[in-house]
Amino acid sequence: MAINWFKYSAPTMFYPLAGKLIPWFAVSSAILFAVGMYLGFVVAPADATQGEFYRIIYIHVPASILSMFLYLVMAAYAALGLIFNTRLSSMMASALAPTGALFAFIALWTGALWGKPMWGTWWVWDARLTSELILLFLYLGFISLHASIDDPRRADRAAALLAIVGSVNVPIIYFSVKWWNTLHQGSTIKFSGTSMQITMQHAMFTMLAACWLYAVAVVLSRVRSIILERERHAKWVAELPEVAL
Amino acid sequence: MNKILLLLVMVVRRDLLLAMRRRADVLTTLIFFVMVVSLFPLGVGPETDMLRRMAPGVLWVSALLASMLSLGRLFSADHLDGTLEQMLLAPQSLSVLVLGKMIAHWVVSGLPLVLMTPVLGLQFDMSLKAVGVLMLSLLLGTPILSMVGAIGAALTLGLRGGGVLLSLLVLPLCIPVLIFGTGAVGAATSGLDFSSHLSLLGALLVLAAAFTPWVAAQALRISME
Repeated sequence: MAINWFKYSAPTMFYPLAGKLIPWFAVSSAILFAVGMYLGFVVAPADATQGEFYRIIYIHVPASILSMFLYLVMAAYAALGLIFNTRLSSMMASALAPTGALFAFIALWTGALWGKPMWGTWWVWDARLTSELILLFLYLGFISLHASIDDPRRADRAAALLAIVGSVNVPIIYFSVKWWNTLHQGSTIKFSGTSMQITMQHAMFTMLAACWLYAVAVVLSRVRSIILERERHAKWVAELPEVAL
Repeated sequence: MNKILLLLVMVVRRDLLLAMRRRADVLTTLIFFVMVVSLFPLGVGPETDMLRRMAPGVLWVSALLASMLSLGRLFSADHLDGTLEQMLLAPQSLSVLVLGKMIAHWVVSGLPLVLMTPVLGLQFDMSLKAVGVLMLSLLLGTPILSMVGAIGAALTLGLRGGGVLLSLLVLPLCIPVLIFGTGAVGAATSGLDFSSHLSLLGALLVLAAAFTPWVAAQALRISME
């Protein structure tokens, strides 16, 4: 049986689908958060050099991975919306931005908390920290450009163009900052094996999955609000049980 | 090919002529640049050793801010009197028109800063060689600021609080230029090879020249529809 995926590119069809999916993502995220926290804080051993302090990676690393990943997803949705003129893609892009910014902020915040005991300072002008900060600026630029244009279609298209320019610029910024200064420890998880203990790895991946599911759940519920707001004059919105009351 | 070149020359000439008729606008950018640079010694103290080390960064950041200041005017005057709409409707390529406006903007607001640099460099007690490299890096880097800035200026055309928003959008994108620009001077003063930094700046300039006119033209179409 062929499924017509394009059916769900219409906000009318996507709204109820998102409503059905949210509880699944939310509940599995909560379960994985609980499991990941247990593995990370109770089961996993203390680190040989960093003691108990290292445990902040279980939130720090997933947050920074997602902050970068969500920017790409956001730019991809924005590009889809710009090229094919699909309203839902643009709505997804603007729903993703606040969550991405939140993860970038969490990554910086937990990084500062980790840096204090390990490097003896809250902040260093290191390549990765700086590029994460710039990523946060890019998110804020996207959000504020979108917010300051009244016409939603123009806002979508202008912000989409900015997101695409930004995503082209991200590697340039990353490498320029990297050559500028590097202090941050290198990646522990590489494709050619890892220097990490197996329980730590499990805890880390569980937390990553939990954060990812959380992001999906939150973005879907935000996109539902955006759909309602944009389509408030449409008949199908007025007929919704939660709107009609 | 000749027609495109002719179009480019005509747009540049027109914008330069307009700028010359309102010389105050050109001067404010330059005065702002000189003023911001002069504020730094007052803020951090007059020790020459420190000033000499800070000079490239101070001049580059000030140039960045000064070019943000003038970006708001890049399209707004043409937007207000309807010229921009005619440009969008014109059969000629909008990208070429935009490139012409970028070049004119750089000649008006980037080039004077480069020419002013030796005087300011002397104030900061920079060596002659460092001043030379700084000028070269600004010469390569400031056109990129005008080009990337034009995208932001096109996107924020006619918005409330466009000026601040413009800086918010454009400044993060200009960070590589700042890094390579100051890096070149840093390498030169510590006796290292500075050509790699300048090569990278040149590469960024070529990339920007190839893509930004088209992107800025698309941004203008989005803002004007």
